[in-house]
Amino acid sequence: MKKYKISTTISYPVKGAMGRTGNWRVFKPILDKEKCVKCLRCWIYCPEATIIRNNDDTVDIDFEYCKGCGICANVCKVKAIIMEREGKKK
Amino acid sequence: MTSVMIDTGNYIAAKAAVMACPDVVAAYPITPQTTLVEGIAKYLHTGEFKGEYICVESEHSAMAACIGASATGIRTFTGTSSHGLLLMHEMLHWAALARLPVIMCNINRVVGPGWNIWADENDSISQRDTGWIQFYCSSNQEIFDTVIQAFKLGEHEQVSLPVMISYNAFILSHTSMPVFVPEQKEVDDFLPKRKAKWKLEVENPITFGNIILPNEYEKVRKEMQDAQNNAKELIPTIAKDWKKRFNRFHGGLLEYYKCDDAEYVLLSMGAIGAESKVAIDNLQKNGYKVGLARVRVIRPFPTEEIIKLSKKADLIVIDRNISVGNEGVLFNEIKGALFGMSDAKVYGFIAGLGGKDVTFGDIEIMCKKAIKGKAKDHQIWYGLEEV
Amino acid sequence: MAIKDLPREECYIPGSAACPGCPATMAMRTVFKAIGKNMVMIVPACCTAVIESLHPNTSFDIPTMNIAFEAAAAGASGVEAGLRKQGKTDTTVVAWAGDGGTYDIGIQALSGALERQTNFIYICYNNEIYSNTGIQRSGATPYAAWTTTTVGGKTEFRKEMGEIIMSHHIPYAAQTCVSYPEDLYNKVKKAKSIKGSKYIEIMAPCPPGWRFGMERTVEMGTMAVETGAWALYEYENEVVTFNGKSKLILEGKIKRKPIEDWIKYQGRFRHLFIPKKDVEKIKAIENHIDQKWERYRKCYL
Repeated sequence: MKKYKISTTISYPVKGAMGRTGNWRVFKPILDKEKCVKCLRCWIYCPEATIIRNNDDTVDIDFEYCKGCGICANVCKVKAIIMEREGKKK
Repeated sequence: MTSVMIDTGNYIAAKAAVMACPDVVAAYPITPQTTLVEGIAKYLHTGEFKGEYICVESEHSAMAACIGASATGIRTFTGTSSHGLLLMHEMLHWAALARLPVIMCNINRVVGPGWNIWADENDSISQRDTGWIQFYCSSNQEIFDTVIQAFKLGEHEQVSLPVMISYNAFILSHTSMPVFVPEQKEVDDFLPKRKAKWKLEVENPITFGNIILPNEYEKVRKEMQDAQNNAKELIPTIAKDWKKRFNRFHGGLLEYYKCDDAEYVLLSMGAIGAESKVAIDNLQKNGYKVGLARVRVIRPFPTEEIIKLSKKADLIVIDRNISVGNEGVLFNEIKGALFGMSDAKVYGFIAGLGGKDVTFGDIEIMCKKAIKGKAKDHQIWYGLEEV
Repeated sequence: MAIKDLPREECYIPGSAACPGCPATMAMRTVFKAIGKNMVMIVPACCTAVIESLHPNTSFDIPTMNIAFEAAAAGASGVEAGLRKQGKTDTTVVAWAGDGGTYDIGIQALSGALERQTNFIYICYNNEIYSNTGIQRSGATPYAAWTTTTVGGKTEFRKEMGEIIMSHHIPYAAQTCVSYPEDLYNKVKKAKSIKGSKYIEIMAPCPPGWRFGMERTVEMGTMAVETGAWALYEYENEVVTFNGKSKLILEGKIKRKPIEDWIKYQGRFRHLFIPKKDVEKIKAIENHIDQKWERYRKCYL
C-alpha cells in the first residue's frame, strides 16, 4: 500500500479500524455445526462480515469483531445459531 | 513564435486554460463569465481543447466535479462569478482541504440583491478564508499569463492548493485587448504534466475525507498554511521564470510602479490597480511623491512586502469591497500586517462598489486627500462621505 | 444465482463504526461482491461517512472519496471523467448515498448527472430518515412515521423517487432490498454491465432509526416487500419489470400482507397502536399503498 506524503484526510484500510468491536457485544452467537446446513444465509446477511465462510461452506464466527446483533441467529432457518448473553455462567 | 490575439478577458482566459491542457473542465454559465465557458466549448468543438467539458447543472456541482476529477490525479479548470462563486463556497473549502489544485477564473461581479452584473470584488474577497490562492488581474495579458502560471503554482509539489484568478466584470471580461500568446510547445515546456500528491486509484484503496479527530485536523490546517507560505516564495519565482521565457512580468505578489522615492504608496487591486497607474503618472507630474503597489495576490497575503513599503512611505488603500460592519478588507488586512511593525499612516477608501466607475481622476482625488492630510484615520466612502 | 454462488471476496473489513444490525454494511458487502475491487466509490455525508471509521484508518478496501452532502453525483461525474481521460474505462464509478443525499439535498446533482448520462452507478441505501444526524424526517420517510423532527408522526406521504429517476430515461434503474441479497447482487451486476447512468435503490431498514431490535433488519426488509410498502422492480430500456414477491403482488397472484404486520414491530409507528389504535391513520397508509399498486398495475402490468 502506497503511503502519500501530504497532510490531508487520507486513510488506509485496516481490520478493526474502530478497535475490537467484539467488545460491543451483549449477546453472543453460538453456532452448532451439527445443525448447520451450509445455506450461508448467516454469512451473506452478517452486517459486519464476521461470519467466516470456509472452503467447504461451513462457517465460523470472528468473535474479535462480531458486534452481536443477532441477525445470523434470526436468519438461520435450522436454528443452528442461538444468541446467549455474554459472560453467562456455564 | 509568439502571436498576437486581440480578444476579451474571458476569451483570453479560455485560450490560456486550453493551452494549459486541462483534462476536465466542469462549469456552469453565469454572467459575466459566460463567454469564458463559451470559449472553452468553442475550443472543444474545433478540437483545440482535448479534455472533457462537463456541462454541470450548477456551480456547486461544477466545483464538486472538478474535485472528483482532480482527485483522480489529472488537471482541472473551471470559471465562475459572483453568485456562482458563492454557491461553490462549501466546495471551495473542500478542494483546498483536499489539497487539490483546481484552477478557476472568477469574474468579479456584484452580489445581489438587487441584480447587478457590474464589477465589485466582494464575491471573491468573501472567499478569502477558504484556503485558495487568490490572484487579481488588471489586464488581459496578465489574465493569460497568470492562468498558466497558476497551474504551475497550484500543482507545485510544495503547494498543492487550488488557485483562483479574479478579474473585474466587463472592464476586463468583455473588453478586447491585444495579448501575446506563446506557442503551445513553449507552454508545455513551462508547464509539465501534473504529479498528484495523492489520488483515487484502484491499486491503492485509500479512503479520502473520513472522520478526523481534532489533533490531526489541526495539522491539516497547519500544512495548508505552510503551503500558502511556500506559495508566497514561489509566486515571484514562477513569475520571473515566465519573464525569462516570454519577457513579460506583471509583478510578484505586488506590482511596484514608480515607487522609488515615493513618500506615499497607493495600494489597489484589479481594474482600479490598472487605472491607478494613470493617476500616479499625473500625480507625479504635478509633484506628488506617490507611487503604486498593485496588489496581485491577497492569499497568501504579502505581509512582509507591505511592511517593507511602510518603512519608507505612508499607505493609501482603495477597496472595491466592504466587510460590512468592519472595513474594506485590503485596508483592514494591511493595518493588521503593520501592527507593531510600522508607524506608517494608512488611509483607506471604499470606491467602486456596485460597479461604480472609478477613473484615474477619482484616484487622484483620493490620493490628494490622503496626502494633504484631509483623510481621516477611518476609511472613507469615496463619493458618499464628505471629507 | 444462489447465496453460495456469491463471491467470497470481501471489500468491507470487519471492525467498523457501523451500528450492530446495520443494513448499510449488509448491502454494501453484496454490492462490493457484485462489482469487485475495480471500482471507485464516492460517498456524501450519510451514515457511511461514519461507518468508514476514523482517520487514519478505513474499513473499506476500495478507493473511496467523501464529498459534501449534496454533491455525490457531481463528484462522481468528475471522478468518471478523470478516470476515463486516463483510459481507465474498466473501473466502475459508484456513488453511494443515503436517502437524504438522494431524495432531498442531493437530488439536483443526481438529476443533473442522470440527464448527462454520466457513466456510473448511483446507489441509494434508503433507510427512510436522516439516520446519521439522529433520525430526522426525509423525503423518503413514510406517512405517520415518528422521527425527531416529526414528533407526532409525519403528516405527508413519501415521494416516489423511482418514478422521478425513470423520467430521466436512463438505461437502467432498479429497486431492491437488503433482505434479498441475490436480487441485489443481480441488479448491481447488471448495472455494472451497462454503459450510462444506472440507479439502484436499496430498502435498508435501520434498527435505531425505525426503533426495532437489531436482529430484525432482514425481517423488516422482507415485510416491507410483502406488505407492498416497498416494491422490487427493474427499469431497463424504458420497460419496467417487477421481481420476486413484488411481481406476484402486481400480477395478483398473492395478496400483499396488511401493513400492520410490518409497522407493529417498529417503534416509529408505536403511536398508531398505543395508547389506542389509530384506525384512521392505519387505513390512510393502507389506502396510499393500494393507490400506489393501482398505479403500478395501470402502468407496468
